[in-house]
Amino acid sequence: MEAQSTYNYKVVRQFAIMTVVWGIVGMLVGVVIAAQLIWPNLNFEPWLTYGRLRPLHTNAVIFAFGGSALFASAYYIVQRTCHARLFSDKLAAFTFWGWQLVILAAAITLPLGITTGKEYAELEWPIDILITLVWVAYAVVFFGTILKRKTPHIYVANWFFGAFILAIALLHIVNSAELPVSLWKSYSAYAGVQDAMVEWWYGHNAVGFFLTAGFLGMMYYFVPKQAGRPVYSYRLSVVHFWALIFTYMWAGPHHLEYTALPDWAQSLGMVFSLILLAPSWGGMINGIMTLSGAWGKLRTDPILKFLVTSLSFYGMSTFEGPMMSIKTVNALSHYTEWVIGHVHSGALGWVAMITIGSMYYLIPRLFGRESMYSVKLITVHFWVATIGVVLYIVALWIAGVAEGLMWRASNPDGTLVYSFAEVVKAMYPFYTIRLVGGLMFFGGMLIMAYNTWKTVAGQKPVEALIPAAVHA
Amino acid sequence: MDINDLRSLFTVLTFLTFVGIVFWAWSGRRKAAFDEAAMIPFEEDGEESHKSASVATQRR
Ligand code: HEM
Ligand code: HEM
Repeated sequence: MEAQSTYNYKVVRQFAIMTVVWGIVGMLVGVVIAAQLIWPNLNFEPWLTYGRLRPLHTNAVIFAFGGSALFASAYYIVQRTCHARLFSDKLAAFTFWGWQLVILAAAITLPLGITTGKEYAELEWPIDILITLVWVAYAVVFFGTILKRKTPHIYVANWFFGAFILAIALLHIVNSAELPVSLWKSYSAYAGVQDAMVEWWYGHNAVGFFLTAGFLGMMYYFVPKQAGRPVYSYRLSVVHFWALIFTYMWAGPHHLEYTALPDWAQSLGMVFSLILLAPSWGGMINGIMTLSGAWGKLRTDPILKFLVTSLSFYGMSTFEGPMMSIKTVNALSHYTEWVIGHVHSGALGWVAMITIGSMYYLIPRLFGRESMYSVKLITVHFWVATIGVVLYIVALWIAGVAEGLMWRASNPDGTLVYSFAEVVKAMYPFYTIRLVGGLMFFGGMLIMAYNTWKTVAGQKPVEALIPAAVHA
Repeated sequence: MDINDLRSLFTVLTFLTFVGIVFWAWSGRRKAAFDEAAMIPFEEDGEESHKSASVATQRR
């Protein structure tokens, strides 16, 4: 049984390369829409308008870039920590090609204006069905591999990946319940405030499980590996896991404060959001403290720099989030650029940075090399990306608070001090700084693409051997 | 007893379950198993030679 003695690296390789590709595509669209907010003339009707490109950006970065990274790392980590080859090579290949088809369908339908109109769930019902099929196959491959493991324990990273896979299945099926009226048009099965609550139960848990739990799985594997030390506290990681599971599901209403949602539900969402701070910071501390005793490596190792910086941004955005969920703060921040700043401190600072660090660890190993073609270029990438994120989020913090204050400013007679257009005008300088920051982050991705090309070109793909004997 | 009592009961039970998990995770009995689990990423196949062989083994 020759095939049984190696890990399946092929599917990991495919997803890892596509992570870089989709990262570039998704962030390019981000740069374009950032520019459109400054120069409205860049809207080309009908396909390339802001309204159609914005969902393309979010779908491309979350599901194509983030999704590919999650598939790649879940498949790699589950094999290496279970000492078992993937449950089924064929099904794994199906998840790769199926997922690429989903992305392609998104890239075609969204510019055509085909959308359900639900944020982060814009794709129409035929694509929803394809997503479901791919996801079921993903779950079978992942949990099948766990079942055939040769190690006595299920390593904690796999718990996070497993929760991510199950939660996304649940969210997708409940939120996508819809009534098709034609091939490319459907209506939600829910109406009114129920629809809003289901949507944000989905939306917030997409953040909690897609953009957080899976990436924490990466953290619990790649940080210890790159630091050469086991995780700081395994028992803390277990409590971290269960605390997130018990809390995240209830925090969704913080997206619907001051709406028609019953007040008690809004307050419930706020309270659970505040509680979320504790497990989030527990996880961050666990990740960062894994380096204790090896802090020196941080100075010389740019991959560790990416991983640790991503954890710092994770800490920042999970501090900011609970603050923004406090009703009086939300009264100022809601609908403003502040939310966009918060999103990208999570999305660029946490999700993208940990992905980039993990891919720099992974890619050379998948092609039988010790490290990337140029470690120096990783360092350059790190600094360009870090400065880019900081410019992006600081500009939008200032913009968001200014926007919120200007909207609410009123004259003694109760009329508004500023018209809406005046507030938009005040945003231009900040939009420009955001564009510069975004261009830098995007530039970093191009450096990564070059480095990746130089690393893999002419290199023979490898399949690592599964350790023969397992000591219990 | 109406449905809301059951809902409250469910909330209390989930909370107690969580408290139970915390005690379980911190009980001395789990320590050895957790230490072992924490080392899983380092059980290597030789293929992926980690030069930094000095892996610290004792953690909380
Ligand atoms: C070069 C990097 C990027 C740039 C320039 C960029 C730019 C933008 C812009 C201009 C918007 C619309 C903001 C608005 O409506 O006011 C946006 C929204 C969004 N972006 Fe990005 N983005 C980048 C990377 C990313 C990444 C890597 C992710 C996720 C992993 C991400 C996730 C999102 C999300 C979720 C939204 C919607 C936010 C909301 O509705 O509140 N972005 N981005
Ligand atoms: C403890 C953790 C967190 C809490 C309590 C939290 C809370 C919040 C709050 C209150 C909002 C604003 C809702 C509004 O006024 O419209 C928000 C928006 C958002 N957050 Fe977080 N956040 C957390 C962590 C994160 C992380 C780590 C990420 C990304 C990886 C993230 C991504 C987002 C996105 C994408 C939105 C915008 C949703 C939309 O309107 O389209 N959050 N969050």
